[in-house]
Amino acid sequence: MTRFILRRLLTAIPTLFLIVTISFFLMRVAPGGPFNQEKGLNPAVIENLNRVYQLDQPLWSQYLHYLSNLLHGDLGPSYTRPDFTVTEMFATALPISIQIGTLALLLALTIGSVLGIIAALNQNRGLDYLVVATATAGSTIPTFVIAPLYQLTFALSLSLVPVAGWGGGALVNKIGPVLTLMLPQLAVVARLMRGAMIEALRAHHIRTCRAMGLSEVSVVCRHALRSAVMPVISYAGPAAASLLTGSVIVETIFGIPGIGRYFVEAALARDYTVVMGTVVVLAAFTILFNLIVDLLYAIVDPRVRHD
Amino acid sequence: MTLRFKTLLTAASLIALMAGGALAETVLDRGNNGDPETLDPHKNSTIPEANLMRDLFMGLTMHDGAANLIPGAAESWSVSEDGKVWIFKLRPGALWSDGTPVTAADFVWSWQRVVSPATAAEYAYMLAPVLNAEAITKGEKPATDLGVRAVDATTLEVTLKAPTPYFLEMLTHQATYPLQRADVEKYGADFTKPGNLVSNGAYKLDSFVPNDHISLVKNPKFYDAEHVAFDRVNFYPTEDATAAVRRFEAGELDMMLDFPAEQTAALKETLGERVKIGPTLATYYYGFKLDKAPWSELEIRKAVSMAIDRDYLAEEVWQNTMIPAYTLVPPGIAGYTVAAPDWAGLSQIDREDQARAILEKHGYTEANPLKMEIRFNTNENNANTAVALQELLKPMGIAVTMVNLDIAAHYAHLEQKGDFDAARAAWFADYKDPENFLSLCTTGAGNNYSLYSNAEYDAMLQAAAVEPDAAKRMELLAKAETKGVIEDHCVMPLMFYSYRGLVSDKLAGWQANSLDVHPSRFLSPTE
Repeated sequence: MTRFILRRLLTAIPTLFLIVTISFFLMRVAPGGPFNQEKGLNPAVIENLNRVYQLDQPLWSQYLHYLSNLLHGDLGPSYTRPDFTVTEMFATALPISIQIGTLALLLALTIGSVLGIIAALNQNRGLDYLVVATATAGSTIPTFVIAPLYQLTFALSLSLVPVAGWGGGALVNKIGPVLTLMLPQLAVVARLMRGAMIEALRAHHIRTCRAMGLSEVSVVCRHALRSAVMPVISYAGPAAASLLTGSVIVETIFGIPGIGRYFVEAALARDYTVVMGTVVVLAAFTILFNLIVDLLYAIVDPRVRHD
Repeated sequence: MTLRFKTLLTAASLIALMAGGALAETVLDRGNNGDPETLDPHKNSTIPEANLMRDLFMGLTMHDGAANLIPGAAESWSVSEDGKVWIFKLRPGALWSDGTPVTAADFVWSWQRVVSPATAAEYAYMLAPVLNAEAITKGEKPATDLGVRAVDATTLEVTLKAPTPYFLEMLTHQATYPLQRADVEKYGADFTKPGNLVSNGAYKLDSFVPNDHISLVKNPKFYDAEHVAFDRVNFYPTEDATAAVRRFEAGELDMMLDFPAEQTAALKETLGERVKIGPTLATYYYGFKLDKAPWSELEIRKAVSMAIDRDYLAEEVWQNTMIPAYTLVPPGIAGYTVAAPDWAGLSQIDREDQARAILEKHGYTEANPLKMEIRFNTNENNANTAVALQELLKPMGIAVTMVNLDIAAHYAHLEQKGDFDAARAAWFADYKDPENFLSLCTTGAGNNYSLYSNAEYDAMLQAAAVEPDAAKRMELLAKAETKGVIEDHCVMPLMFYSYRGLVSDKLAGWQANSLDVHPSRFLSPTE
């Protein structure tokens, strides 16, 4: 197992290197630079800015410089927010996105799985239709509709929660963003779990369990769930990588100082170092969660271990 | 005994209440569109940054709540007869937020920092009128050659390369604010961090959580601190304007900028007087590519300009949050007037008839239309404007196609003199002077995307720059605008911007002004 993990971590290095390299050069293909804005700058000023940020160096030299800094854990300065280094920006923003994302993910997985199991056990009955209908609605209503609806109902009409803001991480400020992020995921998880559970309940070993007189709870939770959970696990990996790295829509509407908005903001502003930082973070999270998914597979399904 | 006890209790509670009232912190919550890129006044350039800097720092001159020029760090000033040498007397006893005195030497060091190439200040040109400033920014002279000198601790002498009538207005800009040398040298790049930043304004920096809020607290060392009503001012980066409106409605914000234009009517209905709309010094315009046919043809530019129904754009597309524009310089600059083109007085139908006649003369009809590609930076309002023009101009025999790019790519294309027919741009005044707008059409100016070049126009602007008589100078500038903008269509002004703000009725001291400048020190709670 340790060898497996080590091998996977080692293969992650060339993967990350490739991602960094391709992103670095792709980004420079986009027209415009960090200092192009509505108010055009004096050419002498642009020249000074380029020199200060070493953007006047040849591209290969900038690339090598970036790689060497990256190896030292330095993501560079932000061009559009010179008061902060990218590392500083991420150090405050990433934990916030991780908090919101983890809560949303855990809630989506638990509630979604329970709903999916309930629907599967009541297949083609009222409860099943209700869960499927709610799940379908949940996955079709976009977050930019859910978030304002939440704000209008719970903040403006009922005055139960603030409209937006982080409030230093107060629980009331987290409810909206967590719910908004969770709902679409919950819908997917419920549908995946329902489908997989229906299939699992038809398996031969479940019939054997029932024939041996095991209780329904034991049949579902101990035997059927084990195989039914596999599709949910495969879905949860990439979902976690995307949830934990924030959402630009949710963060902007709720005024959450997370990392999600940097993905879009920095790309539009050609803030090269921040863009690279977001790419590195997202890639690292994706690699990490894929590894976790594979490990979970091995734990849940013994056949994987033997392979 | 019981009565006495009750009286005592009542008195005690009253005192406690009063003390509580006196001690309770007064807080102003401002929606500020976005985070500052930096809190270094010499390096910042955006409107949200200017709002913060105005509270944190004090330049030689400042704006009051109505955007009138008032003394800032300088108590008084005088200018030599030739208009080139200014003497500023600093406020005696003025202090930095750490209690040390603000001196003339602070200004000398700060201004040298602004123009120095190593600082790479985006707004270095705000000090361009100062002797040698431009040569220093280009790296041709050392920063110590800048025309600024500390005569003594409270006397600053500034030498300009030419008389600059709007110099005092320029000094209200944050790029000219002072920084404390010891502070910047001690902390280096980290001097803008909370706890490190030393400022000389009505407020000082308390905390900054990027994308969440910036909190300022009253600076007790400020010379007029006793008249500063709010103890704390929070600035929120309200990038999502719709969500910001909801925060305002819920009382989480006391004031905010730029509510979505399409909500104007609905907001006026629900919020009434709290909706503030008024003209501001900014122009929305299109530039034609003048170095290629058919846009080099003056008559064609005139025909397109005449054919555009600006009232429709302002009223329907922009929901009355813009004002139709026929000149580049917006109204509202004292002493400056310029006549709109003759055709602006005609009805739209007459204008269209004349425009159609010109286009037909050049062979353009609906069957054989003039092809015009409009380039704009991606933005809903810009797109709606271009789409409206496409519809409006089609029957005139002008076939509009559109290209939109994000803001960086759009302006990079224009600055690199890329190809286009008509391109969208805008100018927001840095200081209240027509020159700030008219320099957009001078030969070789960085923002002259049309590549207009006219010796007569340039000469008039140069003459205005050295004209000591204010009234004559304004006349020269108006003549220049008549030549360049009205006659030659160096750019095609479409609309003037308005500010669109929401201001709580719990806030006193908010005054409408064309710069949309509202320093927190002039605001107070009504209760």
